[in-house]
Amino acid sequence: MKKSNLVIGLLVLVAVIAAVVSFEPSETKKTAAVSGKVKIGFVYVGPVADAGWTYEHDRGRLAVEAEYGGKVETVFVESVSEGPDAERVIAQMASDGANAVFTTSFGYMNPTIKVAQQFPDVRFEHATGYKRADNVATYSSRFYEGRHVLGLIAGKMTKSNTIGYIASFPIPEVVRGINAAYLAAKNVNPEVKFKVIWVSTWFDPGKEADAAKALIDQGADILMQHTDSAAPMKIAEERGIYAFGQASDQAAYGPNAQLTAIIDDWAPYYVRRVGDLMNGTWSSTDTWGGFDTGMVALAPYGKAVPDDVKVMAEEARKAITEGRLHAFTGPVNKQDGSPWLKAGETADDGTLLGMNFYVEGIEGSLP
Amino acid sequence: MDYGLLSSILHAILVASTPLVFAGLGALIQERAGVLNLGIEGLMIVGALAGFATALSGFPLLISILAAALAGALLASIFALLVLRLYANPVATGLALTLFGLGLSALAGAQYVGQAAPQVDAWNIPGLSHLPIVGHALFSHDPLVYLSISLAILMWWFITKSRAGLILRAVGENHSAAHALGFSVTRIRFLAIITGGALGGIGGSYLTLVQTPLFVEGMTAGRGWIALALVVFASWRPLRVIVGAYLFGSVSIIQLHGQALGVSVASQWLSMLPYIVTIGALVIIAGRGNFSHKAPGSLGVTFRESK
Repeated sequence: MKKSNLVIGLLVLVAVIAAVVSFEPSETKKTAAVSGKVKIGFVYVGPVADAGWTYEHDRGRLAVEAEYGGKVETVFVESVSEGPDAERVIAQMASDGANAVFTTSFGYMNPTIKVAQQFPDVRFEHATGYKRADNVATYSSRFYEGRHVLGLIAGKMTKSNTIGYIASFPIPEVVRGINAAYLAAKNVNPEVKFKVIWVSTWFDPGKEADAAKALIDQGADILMQHTDSAAPMKIAEERGIYAFGQASDQAAYGPNAQLTAIIDDWAPYYVRRVGDLMNGTWSSTDTWGGFDTGMVALAPYGKAVPDDVKVMAEEARKAITEGRLHAFTGPVNKQDGSPWLKAGETADDGTLLGMNFYVEGIEGSLP
Repeated sequence: MDYGLLSSILHAILVASTPLVFAGLGALIQERAGVLNLGIEGLMIVGALAGFATALSGFPLLISILAAALAGALLASIFALLVLRLYANPVATGLALTLFGLGLSALAGAQYVGQAAPQVDAWNIPGLSHLPIVGHALFSHDPLVYLSISLAILMWWFITKSRAGLILRAVGENHSAAHALGFSVTRIRFLAIITGGALGGIGGSYLTLVQTPLFVEGMTAGRGWIALALVVFASWRPLRVIVGAYLFGSVSIIQLHGQALGVSVASQWLSMLPYIVTIGALVIIAGRGNFSHKAPGSLGVTFRESK
């Protein structure tokens, strides 16, 4: 009886101390013009070791540290779920004296805006969102440029003419990727078909693996994914088919299977923005960088990719980098047959950012 | 639908369900002894890492499974110590066990991210594995699938037919009475927790050795909680755990195939389906009086030996 009271008492004591320590407001005061040591916070949606999305953001954080050395201090919190929890974590960072906070998932959009109103002196950078304020900038990458190249390779290399696509949530970012890949694949292979499975999660390796198996069982011989784990790559390797890595080079999981991977390279952006912050030129901007800024990169081509396909992919990449080619170039119809882009017309960023429709030829309906 | 696809779907269902069978049985044996352990998720992920790391070091499957079981049992023994000896609140301790297991596996497992375990070969059952449709679907699996089914049958026999099982149930139903009869409630519960921990660990290792097969932190993704729900669904009976796990697995896999086949139902609905079916089945079971579905009487109640 007494022993149990002691244990519970100790637990409560520890909890109270932890709460007091973590919620004690920091004494460092923020100034509008940042001088001295700059503190940068990062909020991650997954674990740093996810070998994908979050891993690449953390590489960006490390690049900032490497670039500015003792002049910056970075902190991060990983596996923060999108929603009320995010708001608490972001506010905590701001009140702990962070000069800028990078929130690295779409679902942090509203929490970021809300916290930014409470901390007008702190700068916020929200990835992949569209809501901005005087102290909130947004940034994203034109991953669809990478998807275009992936689509070309897939269209050329598929033998069953069936591409399996593991999608997460029907947000514009994901829909855009499917459309871009499909249009490119269709361009080089009119017979190609896309099978899309929505798994309603960014990260559940078991479910992603099950989806990969389902697609392969239904005839897909090349997999694309817009989820965060390397499970589909591993399954592709086991089943002896091909796949594209997501967010990061996943050749370790699929030495034979990986054809290439879209790599999200956040380092150039993070280094530039932290530099702006330090010399006082930071302003709320909307950055959407592609191959040209280095924010979207491709992993080395796998050994299965034939030389002529490599040449074609490299040409496309070069053309996009130089602005000669746009992944969404007409004529393109929407799925229901209504015209979207006229011949030679390219999509405007506004439509792309809010994309909520499939292009003509993709089967199934958007959830 | 062609038969090859049907066979593949059945095969995938068994694979997707097997971690749940192990973890569900692990939760069940503890609950029959009156222990509510909410730490199944933590036990699974620690087992997942231990099994994966062992396989990566080149040990055969059997050793990897034993390592996973050992890791689960070790973690469970911490729970047992806190709950049985120090009388800590089992609910809070179980939650802490989940968080601790997830954190520990993330820390210790960071070095294993990006590595690939050797593939586990299927055991084809002679004579049966070449049957059309069901051959590949049911009789061409890795040994763990067969082990999970055998374990459920063994546990059914143990709980309902054996004397030791009767004592276990007595401890779970009314620990004071069991104590008065001279049984050591603490020791029996300790054994149940260790066994449950080992099964949870094996369930986790199935993910990293067969189903996925790689290790990333947090990869159990809530399966430990589903296992806990399965025990209620199964009304604390081992064989019904299999039914529940396969039902859940079926709906999960069929909804994926449905999407790929172009079934035009919103995928959010399809994703919800396994949970809806489980809740629906629970309601039906609860509504039928002739089914015994009562929780063990002393479930989650702390036992203190009175002087």
